Amino acid sequence: MNSRIRHIASNTFREAVRDRVLYNLVAFALLLVGAAILVGQISIDIEHLVVINLGLTAVSLFGMVIAIFVGIGLVSKEIEKKTLYTVLSRPVRRWEFIVGKFFGLAGTLVVNTFFMAIGVFAALLYVSHHLHAPDAWVLIAVYFIVLQFLMITALALLFSSFSSPLLSAVFAFSLFVIGTFAEDLRGFAALTSGMARWVATGLAYLIPNFSALNIIGSVAHGQPVPGHLILYNSIYALFYAAMALSGAVLIFEHRNLK
Amino acid sequence: MSSRRRTTFLASILLTFFLGASVLTLVQVDRMRTGASLQEVLYITSPKAVKRLSLGYEGLLADVYWTRAVQYFGNKHHILARDYSLLAPLLEITTYLDPHLVVAYEFGANFLSPQPPEGSGQPKRAIQLVENGIRSNPNEWRLYYDLGFIYYLELHDYPQAAEAFSRGAERPGAHPFLKILAAKMAQSAGEIETARMLWITTFESANDKQIKLNAAAHLKALQSDENVLVLEKLVRLYQERTGHPPASLVDLVYANMLRDVPLDPAGRPYKLTSDGRIEVRNPDDIPFITQGLPPGYKPPVAPDLDKLKDALQ
Repeated sequence: MNSRIRHIASNTFREAVRDRVLYNLVAFALLLVGAAILVGQISIDIEHLVVINLGLTAVSLFGMVIAIFVGIGLVSKEIEKKTLYTVLSRPVRRWEFIVGKFFGLAGTLVVNTFFMAIGVFAALLYVSHHLHAPDAWVLIAVYFIVLQFLMITALALLFSSFSSPLLSAVFAFSLFVIGTFAEDLRGFAALTSGMARWVATGLAYLIPNFSALNIIGSVAHGQPVPGHLILYNSIYALFYAAMALSGAVLIFEHRNLK
Repeated sequence: MSSRRRTTFLASILLTFFLGASVLTLVQVDRMRTGASLQEVLYITSPKAVKRLSLGYEGLLADVYWTRAVQYFGNKHHILARDYSLLAPLLEITTYLDPHLVVAYEFGANFLSPQPPEGSGQPKRAIQLVENGIRSNPNEWRLYYDLGFIYYLELHDYPQAAEAFSRGAERPGAHPFLKILAAKMAQSAGEIETARMLWITTFESANDKQIKLNAAAHLKALQSDENVLVLEKLVRLYQERTGHPPASLVDLVYANMLRDVPLDPAGRPYKLTSDGRIEVRNPDDIPFITQGLPPGYKPPVAPDLDKLKDALQ
């Protein structure tokens, strides 16, 4: 990574960390993990299951909210405050700005997820008194959640490179919802025929497949995750994020900033 | 080339490359998750909980669960599975979310009640599902028909089947076979002709392709069973007349007992064994047959309905 990208990334990280909304969201997520313990106590025999399900869902949802709402503001805020012109007047290229912003937010999300995951494991420890070997799969679920964040961050950046913050949020959130049902969309495609089948299948492969990265339910039941699935899911998420980032660079490169 | 042009060119290439690469990787991921993803769809098994979580969009969610049910059964059937434990809850959730989705009740009646590998072997649960369907759709004659179908074919409870058929016959637009079926239950339950009427009604009235295929396969099997029984009867008759068994089925043609050597539904001639029995040459090609099976024959784990797709054309 060149030094200019690194500087933009570290500034983005610092800015995001200073943002109070971010802390509120993390605190709220931790509160939800705490609530998981309470819910777990009234759910006979499935405390462990409830803590993992509710805890990881909280990590995923709040991380998504952070990724979308911080991601859509990355470009527009800079334009609004006119700081973008200062940055671009220096020897910084537009693509470096976009890539730097992506890495900055990705770093923020990784750190946030790390703290939220500690919360989940603390809750697990509190409920079960000790961690079991299958709980290690929860780490893989957390890793997959981080991969989802990378994809949605790149998409939020893509939308913010050509649209208003509000519309970008709507687009990104809609894609998140549609991507969660990606496999069902493919199911619908399988039930149709002819042109409709091709269109539905094409769409199903074009939208981000978040359901392939959602293994919360299975790790809650202690089911192992195959190594090759981890590998291919990682490659998929990185390719998809890189694709969205390339799109963002392409659009931002031609955007009229006057 | 200017810096901007270079960036545009490079970003376009990367965009195309990563798009293609991500689709290819996803195809690979899908292959790995075929089995796993189906198991994941039902961590919430309570229809009430799913309805609450739908936030009022139960119609859409019903469509999603219906798709999952069809896919679940189709994929399991395809891989010769013997366990369809999620089929009942998937259909129960679907119909709880949309009680007027008649095709889901019909699907349940056809594939919940038969024993594995044809279905999940839960006739009682199938009856419960169809009864719920009748409560929500009292004028749907097909549901009464489905109910009678389960009582007749799976539970062999002919009085209950007769009652279901006669209740269905009173509904508007009911298939004319229903009245006859109700009467047949009392007179000649267990006959091939009665079973044929049931499967014809299913074939004609079902909209779901899988249900139609299943009915077509059963009709072909009934045809084969009937052929075998008739041929064996003719062989016995030939022996009585001539004092010796026929050397082949051609002898029956020469004796004017048959117009031609009959073919089974798969297009192969029947085989006459030395002990006077009639056998089907390749029973794997005609799922669900009960007559003309070679001694010690074990059917495949799941019948290959794909082979019978042409029955619909």
